[in-house]
Formats: sequence, structure tokens, C-alpha cells
Amino acid sequence: MTNDELLWRIAGGSGDGIDSTSKNFAKALMRSGLNIFTHRHYPSRIRGGHTFVEVRAASHEVKSRGDGYNFLLALGDSFARNPQEDAYYGNEEVKPLTENLDDLREGGVIVYDEGLLDEEDVADLDEQAEENGWHVYPLDLRGLAREHGREVMRNTAGVGATAALLDLELDPIKELMEERMSGEVLEQNIEILDIAKEEVGNREFTHDLRIPAVEDGGNDEQVLVSGSTSIAYGAIDEGCRFISGYPMTPWTDVFTIMSQNLPEFGGIAEQVEDEIAAASLAIGASHAGVKAMSGSSGGGFALMSEPLGLAEMAETPIVLVEAMRAGPSTGMPTKPEQGDLEHVLYTSQGDSNRVVFAPGNTREAYEQTRTAFQLAYDYQLPAIVLYDQKLSGELVNVDEAFYDREPNPTLGSVLTEEEIADAPHHHSGKFNRYQHDVENGVSPRSIPGQEDGRFLVTGNEHTPQGHISEDPDNRINQMDRRMEKLESIRAELDTDEHTNQTLYTPGDENEYQYGIMTFGSQQGTVEEATERLVDRGHSVKALGVSDLLPYPTEEVKAFLNSVDQCMVVEMNASAQFRGLTQKELGGHGDVMTSLLKYNGNPFEPAEIVDGFESIISGDGDAPGHSTTFVPAAGD
Amino acid sequence: MSAFSAIDAKREVDQNEFTPDIEPQATWCPGCGDFGVLKALKGAMTEIGKNPDEVLLVTGIGCSGKLSSYFDSYGYHSIHGRSLPIARASKLANPDLEVVAAGGDGDGYGIGGNHFMHTARENHDMVYIVFNNEIFGLTKGQTSPTSPKGHKSKTQPHGSAKDPVRPLSMSLSAGSSYVARTAAVNPNQAKEILVEAIEHDGFAHIDFLTQCPTWNKDAKQYVPYTDIQDSDDFEFDVADRQEAGEMMYEAESRLSEGTVLTGRFYRDDRPSYGQEKRATGEMPEQPLAERYFDDSYEWERSADLMHRHR
Repeated sequence: MTNDELLWRIAGGSGDGIDSTSKNFAKALMRSGLNIFTHRHYPSRIRGGHTFVEVRAASHEVKSRGDGYNFLLALGDSFARNPQEDAYYGNEEVKPLTENLDDLREGGVIVYDEGLLDEEDVADLDEQAEENGWHVYPLDLRGLAREHGREVMRNTAGVGATAALLDLELDPIKELMEERMSGEVLEQNIEILDIAKEEVGNREFTHDLRIPAVEDGGNDEQVLVSGSTSIAYGAIDEGCRFISGYPMTPWTDVFTIMSQNLPEFGGIAEQVEDEIAAASLAIGASHAGVKAMSGSSGGGFALMSEPLGLAEMAETPIVLVEAMRAGPSTGMPTKPEQGDLEHVLYTSQGDSNRVVFAPGNTREAYEQTRTAFQLAYDYQLPAIVLYDQKLSGELVNVDEAFYDREPNPTLGSVLTEEEIADAPHHHSGKFNRYQHDVENGVSPRSIPGQEDGRFLVTGNEHTPQGHISEDPDNRINQMDRRMEKLESIRAELDTDEHTNQTLYTPGDENEYQYGIMTFGSQQGTVEEATERLVDRGHSVKALGVSDLLPYPTEEVKAFLNSVDQCMVVEMNASAQFRGLTQKELGGHGDVMTSLLKYNGNPFEPAEIVDGFESIISGDGDAPGHSTTFVPAAGD
Repeated sequence: MSAFSAIDAKREVDQNEFTPDIEPQATWCPGCGDFGVLKALKGAMTEIGKNPDEVLLVTGIGCSGKLSSYFDSYGYHSIHGRSLPIARASKLANPDLEVVAAGGDGDGYGIGGNHFMHTARENHDMVYIVFNNEIFGLTKGQTSPTSPKGHKSKTQPHGSAKDPVRPLSMSLSAGSSYVARTAAVNPNQAKEILVEAIEHDGFAHIDFLTQCPTWNKDAKQYVPYTDIQDSDDFEFDVADRQEAGEMMYEAESRLSEGTVLTGRFYRDDRPSYGQEKRATGEMPEQPLAERYFDDSYEWERSADLMHRHR
């Protein structure tokens, strides 16, 4: 086993502190100079149930979860249900151990809490360990925690054991404990950490795995952030000071981060009665001159359909975020999927008039949220950031300097009172808010309270002053003007020196035989898989698409034309992104084969590697039970 | 200096300023009660001295929703049932605006009922006018949430098996701090109540009886009406929640018997939502909308939060 990366998985039940423990462990490794990527797996349940967090740490850059993992800390599910003969859930107490064994790499290390987990309940653990070369270190974490502090501190004991087995310095971990604890709690935790490390350190080690060496002095001035944090911070830096929402996993993260920070910044956060209200409030705040956002996940976003259409017709700028989770309906609330693409592109009556971005990673989540605000307020339409449970919760390290940006609080195409005085009005005195012939299709707006700026907004088709009109000529003028905005946005995005699409061309080749394409959050995993495929001798490059509406037709066409065949990777069952690509490009269906996954878990790089090799070898079998092929079709 | 000089301009306002010359004549049927709301609103705004550029009128869908077409101010003719969430956010964004929301009984008590309940609970400083004609008008005469039990229509051919909603009682229990009922046929009272509602610092709900001469011919034209404040038959304290509740129950019950009881039903001077939110530090003292026009404002940045992630 190589020691170039640690894939540490901490498993237990919901409510066992898995999340906070893993976060601090990840931060400690980041402070020691390693690169971090986390993957979170949890049930829709407050207490108990199989949950784990994987912390991937390496000296090299990590953009994805890994293939399986190499260190298991199984804490035991302290909120497990009692096993009953006929109950489908079986023995939950031992699941932190049993449910995780399939993914543990050969030669991996297991530490489990023998205070909670009974080895006899995992009858063949010894056998399996021998077969796979695992190194098993049982430890009474619960007993240790009870003896020196409180039972909940068994996580700390587990981290102490981890440190001993991996030869990891405790200082960064203690430092983090000191930052968030004090008094007796701190003392007890530090004692437990030391004792656990010492106790395990005295044992004879049979494993080779150690904490990866930090090369080239490691990283400096890093911050550990999630996709949700990046979205919220992008909004803050664009001057968004109003958010309205209703809790729903996984969108709740962005809503929470904004709600915690906005009051400090003199902004307003509103938790309201439902998502129809949430989107409508954002419209109301924006109309009155404040940069506003709302958001939800699939089911809540469905309720926003009608206000979304109103914002398109009324040309009231709003930014919405949609955090996808596995559907249909309630689906799997805490599991990622990319099944809401078509929903977000087309929901609401009439022709869509919106912008949709799907950022590929944490940095892009920040950048594209900012772009979404700029386009929404410049072009007076809804802009949507589409992401998922995966990007929402994964923690990665980013250079702190990345976030050292200038704020951009401009309201976009809004007039001042001086400008309104010179702007065209109807002879009745009303302001021509919706002028027909204007540059880029954008007719600047006034804000209620401004002298001589009054106009009517309506979801009906309307005259330049906003009065209801069904006149056919006016209809065509207004419709064409609104649709022209999308063309203008496409042109603006095309001239932007930073494209939103991420092209990944490993090595220094100029020509590639194959392509892999994906959208949104799978980008990093696709990049890692592509790199491995190149190492295995394949000629392949990758494209991660973020602009979904307007679609980057030219860029994608150029990519597809430059390869013989392309595999399209997405997390849904009906190949929605491939369908969109075919529709936008008007062809290319014969060069695209889909690799799909919709079992509730994001792709591992190896699944993409195997899928690719299976396709080009022509055997057509999907690699394992988790993924599915949809072969290339004609146009 | 404010970026919104129309607000609190305190200039002389002529009632005709509220008539939009671009669409001076309404499309309502002759004899429609909606004319009464329009006239009372123009009169009330003039009396208080508000000018058209400082008023935001947010309406729903239906005949009542056209109010914003025929009343000259900043207007937002929104979607069915959603006038309240749009209106209340505008008020939070700029508390100096005079915000009025309006819609029909289907809009407010049916499809938008959830928003009505929560906007009342939050006690936003705004007026909500519900045009109550006990029928769906613009869709041609279907049974509405306030139609009496047994009401026959094309969609309820055997008569409605449902009791009507009790709008006043619902409003009280939801948390409105001003509840009144008036009628289009009583223009003086309607204007007085609207003036009070606009000046009230909280959520003022007016159930406005607006006769529909086209689709609800069977219903009474809401005459004769009784002003409960002027009548010796009704003695109760509008500030007493329990007495107000009993008065509302009686007025609602007797409407279907043909007795029209109007007037002020409840008044409570608890702090508005904006005041409460400012007190808890969740809303800025200065209108947020002004900040975007203030070039000297130092905008906070996410970089200020990075210490949490190191």
C-alpha cells in the first residue's frame, strides 16, 4: 500500500458527532500542510443510522473522493434501533463496522470501539481481515471516554488512536480543541486524546499506512470551505443583503450561512411559511431596490415555479439556488443526484428566460454565484445556481487569498432620480419601464419611492409602461426584447476571458482520441479519472460544463468535434445533460455514450475509469451494479 | 440624502393624481363594488397626503387585481394569492414606502390563505384590502371560499356543502393588529377605515364587501348596512380580544342571513414586525434600499469571515 494519501473514514450513527469530529480532523491535517477533500454520507434521520465522513488528505492536489478508503474509525451507533427478527434494518449497532467493510482497501486499518461493538456480532471479521490484509485494532473508546471524561468524548479517543497508528502529531488537533473548548471539557478531551494515543502507541503495529509526508513545505494560508459556504460568500460579495427561505436539505446550508451573517452586515434574512412565499419575498425585496436571493431543493423549488415565471415576465432580478438531491418526490433527502436539471431549465409556464449555472467545484461555486448576481441585476431576470448535496457539503482547502475580493454591490440596470428625469415617459406621466428598442434587450428600471419613476409591473403581457396589453405587435416586441437578453448574455459570456467551462487536457498532447464530458459537481472526479486513464495509456481529455442556460454551444461543439467518441458522465437515470447537449447542438448523438449513476452516492474515479475502458473495448457492460450505460444513439 | 425624494415629500396632493391618465377608465362591470374600493383608496391617500411615487400597491389576480391598473402609483400586479409575500418584502427592503396589498376573497382566503395567516402573524406595517364579493368573478361565477353554504354554481351544481370561511375571526386568530369590515356601498366609512388602516403601525386587514352585480345577483347588495360603532345594539371594546372575537363571529354569521355589520372589529397596538426585527438586531435602522445608492458605504466582504475557516 502506498502512503501518498490517507482516506480516513469515521463512521457511526447520526448524533454521534461524526460531522464535527471529521471537520476538526480535516482542519488539523490542512494546518499541517496537506490538501483536503471530504465526502459526507448520512441518513435523513436525527439519531442513529449509518453515517460516515471520509477525509481524503494528500500532499498532491485532491479534487474528488477517492476509490474506497484505507482507514476506518468505527465508533458504533449509540442510537441504534433494537434488532428484531422481521425488521428490515437488521442490527444497526454494528453497521458502522459492517456497512463500511466493502469499500475498505486491501491492507487497510480498522479501529473500532469494542465498548459498543461486539466482535461476535461481526462473525467473519477475522476471516475478512485475513483475506484482505486488514489490520484490526479494537479499543474500548467508550470505556476510556467514560473513565476520563464523558461518554460523548469517545470520538476524541478515536482521534487519539488514529494519531498513534498514523504517526500524526497531536499539536494541530489540540490547537483546534483549544479554540473551541475551555475549562473542564477541554482538559478532559486533551487527557483522553493523550491517553488513547499512548495506549495504542504501546501496541505492536502490523500496518504500513502513515500520514502522508508534506512535500515542498506544504500549503500556506489555506481555508477549509464547503460549496455552500462558497455560494453564500459569493452572494455576500455581490452585495446580496436579503435572503428568504424555508428549510430543506441540502439547501438549508446556504440559507443558514446567510441567515447567520446577514444581520451582522445590516442585511435581512427571512424564514417564511413556504417556498412560494420565499421566492415571492425575494422578488418583492429586489423590486424595492435590494439585492436578494432565495433557494431550495427539488420539492421546494417546484413550489417556486410560478414566482420564477413572474420574475421573468416582470423582469425583476432574483438569484435562486437549487440544491439537488435524489428524487423524484421526497426521494433520498440526504443523497446527491443531478436529476433536477430539466426541472430547473424549464419549470414555469411559457418560454424560459433565465440563466442557469452548475458550478463544478467550490471555487466555481463562488465565482458563478457572483456572475449569477451580475447577470440577474444587469439583465433583469432570474439567475439560478444549480448544485447538489455533494458540492454543498464537501470540504476542500482553498488559498485564503482566493476570497480576498472587491465587493460589487451595484444594482445593475437601475436609474437614479436624475436619470429618470431625462428618461422616456408616457405623456400621461408614467415611466417607460419596458421600452421596446433598447440595447441588449435591457430597459433600465426605477425603484419605488423615486420621483417620477412610477410604472406598473404585471405578470400579464404589457405596454412599455407596464399596463396590460394583448396587442400582437406589442407582444412580439416585448417577447423578442426579453428573449434578446439571453443572446446578449451568451455573447457576454463568450467574450469573457474566463470561460465557465473547465477543459482538462492532461499531458502535453494536442490531439485526443476520446473525450469525457460532465456538468456540475462531478467535474473533479472526472478530472481525476481522466488523469488515471492517461496514465494507463489512453488518449483522453475532459470537459466540465457549467453554463447550462444559455448553453455554450460553440465550446461544446468544438470539444465533441475534436474527439472520435465522448462519454457523458452524470448522476441521473435519464441522461438529462446529454439530452440537453443534443438539443442545443442539434446533433452529435452518435458520438455520445452516457455513464449514469443514481444510487445515492457520487461517482468514484475508478467507476469512470472502468466505464470508459468498458466502452472503448466494446464489451458494453456497465462496471458493477452502481452504474448504468446508455449507448450512443443517432440524432 | 435620500435616493427616494418622493418619500415624505409632504407636498399638496390632488385626488386626481391617483387616476392614471394612461388608463383612466376601469373595465369593471357597471355597479361593481370594486369602484368603491378605488375611490376610497384615492380619497384616503389624498387625505393623508401621500403622493403616487411613494406608494407601492401590490395586487393579486382577478377583477380586484386590476386595482393597480386604475390607481396611479408604483404598482405590482403579481400572481394569484401572492401579493402579500411580495408586498411585505418590499416593506422590509424600504420601510419608508407606503405599502398596500389587495386582492379578492379567493386570492386572500383561498389560494393565498397561508400567506394571509403568516403576514398577519408577523404584523407587517401595511394595509391588506380583501375585495369580498363571495364569488369568483373574473372566471365567471364559481363558488368562492366566502360563498355561503348551499351556494350553487357551475362548479357546485348541487350547492356547496362547505361552510364559508370566517375572514374576520381568521384574521384575529392569525394575528392582525387591525381588523375592519366595510362595504363599497358605504363610501364615507370605507374612506375613514382606510385612513385609519394606513396610519395604523401594523398589519391592517380590511374585509371589503364588494357586490358583484354580474355573477352574484342572488347575494345582497350589502344594504342596508349597520355600522357597529354607531349602533346601540352592539357594545364591545375593539381593544378586547375576546369581545372582538365574539363580535366578529356574530357579524360573519349574520352576513349569510342578510344582515350587514360593518365597522372596526379589533385594534391592538403591539409593535410591528419591522420594530420587532430592529429590536432583535435583525434589521438595519436605515432603509436597506438606501444603501445601494450610498457611495460612501463600506460594504462588508466575505474576506472578513475567513478567520473561521483557517
